[in-house]
Amino acid sequence: MADPTWAIRIEGLTKRFRHVVANAGVDLRVRRGSIHGVIGENGAGKSTAMKMLYGLIKPDSGKIFIEGEESHWRTPQDAIRAGIGMVHQHFMLAGPHSALDNILLGAEPSVPGTGWLPRALRPVDRTRAKEKLEAIAQRYGLPVDWEAKVEDLPVGIQQRIEILKLLYRDARILILDEPTAVLTPQEVVALFDNLRKLKAEGKTILIITHKLKEVMSFTDRVTVFRAGRVSGEVETAETNPQELANLMVGRKVMLQVDVPPQPALGEAVLKVENLGLARSLGKLESVDLEVRSGEVVGIAGVEGNGQSELLQAVLHPTDADCRSSGSIQVFGQNVTAWTTARIKSLGVGVIPEDRHREGLLLEAPMTENYLLGLHSDPNFSKKGVIQREALETACRKAIQEFDIRPAAIDLELGRYSGGNQQKVIIAREFERNPRFLIAAQPTRGVDVGAIEFIHQRILRARTEGAGVLLVSSELDEVLALSDRILVMYDGRVVGQFLRGQATEQEIGLLMGGGK
Amino acid sequence: MSFDSVMDLLASTLRVSTPLLFAALGGLVSERSGVVNIALEGMMIVGALAAAVLTHATGSPWLGWGAAAGAGMVLAAIYGLSVIRLRADQIVAGTAINLLAAGSAPFVCKVLYGATGQTPALELSQRLGESPLILAFVCVAVVALWLRSTASGLWLRVAGEHPQALSTAGVGVVRVRWAAVLLSGVLAGWGGATLSISLSSAFSRGMTGGRGFMALAALIFGKWKPVPTAAACLLFGLADALQIRLQGVVLWGTEPVPVQFIQILPYAVTILVLAGFVGQARAPSALGRPFDT
Amino acid sequence: MSDPKMAPMPAVKAEGSGLSGWLPRLQPFVAVLLGLSLGLAVTALAGESPWLVLKVLVQSSVGTAYDLGMTLFYATPLIFTGLSVAIAFQAGLFNIGAEGQLAFGALAAAAMGILVPGAPAWIAPVLGVFAAIAGGALWGFIPGYLRARRGSHEVINTIMLNFVAAGLTSWVTLYLLRSEDSQNPETKSVGAGYLLSHWTSVFGDAPLSLAFVLALLAAMAMGFFLWRTTAGFELRAVGQNESAARAAGIDAAKVRILAMVLAGGLAGMVGVAEVMGNAGKFRMNFSPDYGFIGIAVALLGRNRPLGVVGAALLFGALQKGTGALDFETEHVTRELSSIIQALVILSVSAEGLWTWMRERKKGAQA
Repeated sequence: MADPTWAIRIEGLTKRFRHVVANAGVDLRVRRGSIHGVIGENGAGKSTAMKMLYGLIKPDSGKIFIEGEESHWRTPQDAIRAGIGMVHQHFMLAGPHSALDNILLGAEPSVPGTGWLPRALRPVDRTRAKEKLEAIAQRYGLPVDWEAKVEDLPVGIQQRIEILKLLYRDARILILDEPTAVLTPQEVVALFDNLRKLKAEGKTILIITHKLKEVMSFTDRVTVFRAGRVSGEVETAETNPQELANLMVGRKVMLQVDVPPQPALGEAVLKVENLGLARSLGKLESVDLEVRSGEVVGIAGVEGNGQSELLQAVLHPTDADCRSSGSIQVFGQNVTAWTTARIKSLGVGVIPEDRHREGLLLEAPMTENYLLGLHSDPNFSKKGVIQREALETACRKAIQEFDIRPAAIDLELGRYSGGNQQKVIIAREFERNPRFLIAAQPTRGVDVGAIEFIHQRILRARTEGAGVLLVSSELDEVLALSDRILVMYDGRVVGQFLRGQATEQEIGLLMGGGK
Repeated sequence: MSFDSVMDLLASTLRVSTPLLFAALGGLVSERSGVVNIALEGMMIVGALAAAVLTHATGSPWLGWGAAAGAGMVLAAIYGLSVIRLRADQIVAGTAINLLAAGSAPFVCKVLYGATGQTPALELSQRLGESPLILAFVCVAVVALWLRSTASGLWLRVAGEHPQALSTAGVGVVRVRWAAVLLSGVLAGWGGATLSISLSSAFSRGMTGGRGFMALAALIFGKWKPVPTAAACLLFGLADALQIRLQGVVLWGTEPVPVQFIQILPYAVTILVLAGFVGQARAPSALGRPFDT
Repeated sequence: MSDPKMAPMPAVKAEGSGLSGWLPRLQPFVAVLLGLSLGLAVTALAGESPWLVLKVLVQSSVGTAYDLGMTLFYATPLIFTGLSVAIAFQAGLFNIGAEGQLAFGALAAAAMGILVPGAPAWIAPVLGVFAAIAGGALWGFIPGYLRARRGSHEVINTIMLNFVAAGLTSWVTLYLLRSEDSQNPETKSVGAGYLLSHWTSVFGDAPLSLAFVLALLAAMAMGFFLWRTTAGFELRAVGQNESAARAAGIDAAKVRILAMVLAGGLAGMVGVAEVMGNAGKFRMNFSPDYGFIGIAVALLGRNRPLGVVGAALLFGALQKGTGALDFETEHVTRELSSIIQALVILSVSAEGLWTWMRERKKGAQA
């Protein structure tokens, strides 16, 4: 039975992964012919909910109604058939193929009179497809050069192709996952113009985003996710950015961190001036930043707003993929033309944001993981030969000091828990008593006990006179540890506060691009 | 060079190119779907053997031709089982398939004929004449047309380029790759059959002589596109024919021409093309990556 | 979209598979058993008793001192090529080029022995060994450089370079160093000082020489290099996790070139066994696919030097044992060794098979 009001109704949707409850009883309603925003921090559960809606993963419990009809689908195909289409954050486009072929893929019309052939072998009627698409493009104002290779087209047009893919399949409900993440401001305006036209034609549009400004100016209604639940559902006209920010960050369990008094500030351990990176490589725009010894500078921001790029630029300044412009000084020395090894040897410790990718050799024993990056250190390497005894002694000491479990030095690191892996990295990076510590997502995927320990170590480094640059998508963590907080949004630093100067809500607003 | 000798050279170019054309097309189909195929050599060997054995047994070269397709497909199925189903490394498994084929062929010969070296010679009337050559060009045209014009041709190309795009569009990547690998076995098998029942009158060991790898080179040189790949096969065939012709010939001075430099040409240019020194070859983006559903 | 210049192929995992526990350690043995049983099943299909085949295999590979000597002789080049493939694997590279590298190494050793025939016996072997290493290393440097600096994939390049090496060595052999009084395509003989003596008192006529000891030393040296030196650690780090290596300040491009140079040098040392330990000259096409069998050896030996030596001994025995099948049995030929090797590689590399076995084991416990 068709539902005249609601295009989508989700009731009590729950999904549990091994250790986390990604969605705990999510309710969501989307009005027909509206633009509906779904907003929330990283890990709030919005992507999981959308994946279930699109048939990519199966819910543990809960119900989904599409236009009044309960859905029981298992694959995206079922969702497509029900009239749902999704534009993924990473486009599903084959670069060397034409726009036309990318749109047709999987729904190719056959040349008339070839119906006797098996479907796979029927020639594709591109002329007919083009006619149909021309009509769609005209109706919604989405012109595309059908013959152009997708990889030669700008990102905005690629996104248009993705939308056309859905329209070509007669999707009535369009889900767009972070559609503005890769667009220039002009492209964003164009996108929302187009979405309004689609809405005027009766389509229902669901936008997943973390940008408050976009939600405020382009949506009719907003659902806010927080920690796997819906924390609010409001009419856009009846709310304001501050209220949304409050719903988004909310009051989580406040971290209990004993912050010792701040020591006197010393020299600058890091000075970044006018750092830039082209948008095609990730985007940084004239970032200025200083970290002095004896302080923790925290960077708050929703992930993907330039934090990773900033760290990569500081650590690999000579790599053209990491830095387009700007200069970097470490301990007062200009290191802009230095290799990573040389910069780190000055006394820089790094806790990388993705420890599996950038920090560890998971198939190697703890000793070798401890050695990684210290392998040229004269303590551990003499005349090119690894000093095993010194290494093993250091590892045993680290196991004691950092309470690493299991306390075995020759066990593969892949067998340790996340928290203990992180402790191995921290032990290693503290080996050289760094005077400048970069801590990126230091407690991600780490158990509660280890979180406290890691926080204490970071603060102890500060007490001992190191400068710390902390990057975390956990706002609580940034607030609890930082003496100074910078907020990054869209590759820029958009706000700066001293400890206690700003509330969580104010910072949350800036993180969403609000003023 | 006289007109006759030029025509002669061209004719032998076409002849020696035929097995390459089949094998390279086989490689193209598999690699465009995202599956590396260094097992072409092995598929050619079993194709050559099966064709010779069945032609000898039945007297019908076309049955032999069919047997070559079947044998190539069986070997391709073993390869597909390893790399698609069991996710073995495609290079490793390809190497193993080549070893398997090279080792099995003499074994089969001995079991069937009591001699390891080769199969009994066929009579001239039992051999296929120019038909494989014509068929090869037909196959080039068909594959080119198929890739460009049909639905499954598009699926194949996207499977090798962006498999997720294909699977989100509702087409099974695994099925497409299976079909491609099996078809590559058929085509490479025919390449082998051309050697054993068209260009010569028996299967003998080592008869493929690295042509599977030369086909791979032609495929790269032809940038994974059917018509340019066919052109590369003809070019490499020309080098081969020229090299045979010039063996021991004294063109200048007193020494015969060092034909080795003509022999290595196809491989050397492939290296240069891959390194971007001569043009640019771009492999399908997802080539060699297993696809997890 | 990925870098268009780099043909994207998956990085090779140095450890074969990411499984943990007892299974990976057992994997090579299970694979050998599987390969051997399948191979013997094939002989049964051919109408031969598998027991007879097995008996012949064992007897003629280790039955007498001479047989044992021949097994070790066959194993020698396989140790070198196995180490060559393994060291590249450890750096995340796939060296299918050992075949070309060993040809260049052998040719270089022969050229040294022919061009400097009068070198005194105390220095000549050293010169020969260095020439062999240098020849192979040169041929390994090319794909290493092309991968590191031009981004083209080493798999295709090494395959192509095998053929280029075949052409070039054939040209040098036939035009520059040809032996006038031989009908075979081979070079002149090297100076007497280069020849390594055979241990006839122990192994009879088996051409077993110091080259075998050299192979064992090379394995030990590689073990020391990979697990005891900084450069070896860097090499393995790049192979295991390139991003982490980069973050730790390791120059992956340089490491890759080094790995391929070392791989080439190791393969080149086959030239020592062949030219100085056996033929006394460079014979074209002397290698019965040592380079390719080296891949099987490395895989089976889990890319560890000791494992490589073990696998090479096994395959050496297989080579020697299957040689006798031609005349000891009616239907089975020496090529059974290739079949068994192929089946072993297929079973070792079938990751899905091992995952499935592990899951079954888990299921049984649950």
